[in-house]
Amino acid sequence: MEKHITGVAYVLGANIDTDQIIPAENLVYSLSDAEESKKYGHFALSGVPFDKAGLPDGQIPFIDGENTESEFTIIIAGSNFGCGSSREHAPFALEKAGIKAIIAESYARIFYRNAVDGGFVVPLESESRLVSEIRTGDQVELNFEASTLENKRTGKTYSLNSPGTVLPIIEAGGLFNYARNEGMI
Amino acid sequence: MGMTITEKIMAKSSGKDKVSPGESVWLNVDVLMTHDVCGPPMMKIWQNEFGTNAKIWDKDKFVVFPDHYIFTANVHANRNVQILRDFAEKYNLPNYYDVGTERYKGVCHIALAEEGFNIPGTVLFGTDSHTCTSGAFGVFATGVGNTDAAFILGTGKIWEKIPESIKFTFEGKLPDYLTAKDLILQILGDITTDGGTYRALEFDGNAVMALDMNERMTLCNMAIEAGAMNGIIAADETTEAFLNSIGKESQEKFQSDANANYYQKYKYNTAEIEPLVAKPHSPDNRDTVRNMKGEKLTKCYIGSCTGGKINDFVSAAKILIGKEVKVPTFIVPASTNTAKQLEIETYKGISIKEILEGAGCVIAQSSCAACLGGPDDTFGRAVDRDVVISTTNRNFPGRMGSKQSEVYLASPLTVAASAVSGVITDPRDYLV
Ligand code: SF4
Repeated sequence: MEKHITGVAYVLGANIDTDQIIPAENLVYSLSDAEESKKYGHFALSGVPFDKAGLPDGQIPFIDGENTESEFTIIIAGSNFGCGSSREHAPFALEKAGIKAIIAESYARIFYRNAVDGGFVVPLESESRLVSEIRTGDQVELNFEASTLENKRTGKTYSLNSPGTVLPIIEAGGLFNYARNEGMI
Repeated sequence: MGMTITEKIMAKSSGKDKVSPGESVWLNVDVLMTHDVCGPPMMKIWQNEFGTNAKIWDKDKFVVFPDHYIFTANVHANRNVQILRDFAEKYNLPNYYDVGTERYKGVCHIALAEEGFNIPGTVLFGTDSHTCTSGAFGVFATGVGNTDAAFILGTGKIWEKIPESIKFTFEGKLPDYLTAKDLILQILGDITTDGGTYRALEFDGNAVMALDMNERMTLCNMAIEAGAMNGIIAADETTEAFLNSIGKESQEKFQSDANANYYQKYKYNTAEIEPLVAKPHSPDNRDTVRNMKGEKLTKCYIGSCTGGKINDFVSAAKILIGKEVKVPTFIVPASTNTAKQLEIETYKGISIKEILEGAGCVIAQSSCAACLGGPDDTFGRAVDRDVVISTTNRNFPGRMGSKQSEVYLASPLTVAASAVSGVITDPRDYLV
């Protein structure tokens, strides 16, 4: 995985559930067909109420028009990100849309596992509340080794919690890669 | 420092003497369960990752129940069941319970209990968030996604973080107007939908230990509604008696140590709890039935792994006997075994089935049915602006069908009382 991720932030509130990340009616599309699976990118975060899409002001589309990829690469969010169903389509959709990392205050367990074990996106926890510090559209840089996030607009740097024992799985890019590296399978 | 039941089971399963919250361990899985929604993609990942010679780690420990979208004309849904069927045949799975055959069981979490897969002291994973239901048997049971399940299918192992535990102690005799559903709605209102995230919810106290296995399952079932990893109740004589009745016995019955560490402890006196509802659109949006009294309904629903077990229908029958429902009332027995029990169990000498039908309820075949909405032709599905009171577990927008509908979650007693009057009604108005 990349140790430094630089990109544009997209800011969301708390309790972003899996239906907001990928509304249930889209789950019919194939995850393995290269063309069809782009739909997941197109519909990613389409369930977020428009006034809360891209904080602090909202009304910033995550995906422009008919695009299947977003101009944003890092999501900043509040607590309990990914709550709701166990659908693995949720982190998959974010990856398809071009998201590399999420920095939230906390995660729902199954979403967190799916993100890490499927190797879709890197979920990290912020030590402090970043939703009020970072604006949608800010240039940010994630330094994975130092566990920090820098807001290029303000020059401020924030500490992130270490993923702890899950770190090797994130670094390997998912559970199966990790297990292969370790000779487990 | 002592350990909680959850910590003890996870220590044993990972081959350690002691584990502490926050630490990650590799667990040896005793049972892996899947169903028709997540089974097909999970099997695909397993095949892709392990290749053409992929081997199932232990066929006897892999359990597959079609139960979600099964009685429907929907092509995609039927294709999913066919994928399970083909897989079961190809790998000669001993624990596949095909729909349309004698072996068909109904909703996975209840079927796991009835078929003897919930053995105290063991570790059970499933591709369904309500897998926590099995915790009622003193099992460490939790839900995972497709990649994790595919990994377990090939290796029998999975990593997990040791959760902190929260203890909920209910003391006192359970009044006849309350069920386990009211107790869990009380908790959800108190700790909210993320109060249990990455934690274990442990239920204890003489009111909990007096519950039968079905009611204990109702408590553990909704642990996930607080975001919890698992719900758990220490196995005891009630657990043992249930297992013996189906020819099984417990492996190891763990108790939490008196000096075990808890993140939080809550104590309740059952005499102080009222019949409760969760208002639209969240299971933690708690209110008393009294406060919501008179709210007009268009549908009543008694079913699902939460509220479709035999005890739920017996509760409903106590109110419905000799009465007539004012709004369409849908009954979905969680399992085929529950459906049989409806004919055998009686109240005041009349079978539960007769009482329900006599009151004008419609009874469907066992499955998940409208608990999660499902295809348009699903039994009991919420349409348009339906206002539903239901014994199920989730009331997020659109969960039972129409996105415009409103769903109240309540106990079977409250749903039955409301069915009789057509508006939300306190069961105490009918229980004499
Ligand atoms: S009955 Fe409802 S909650 Fe239970 S497994 Fe089926 S869909 Fe899930």
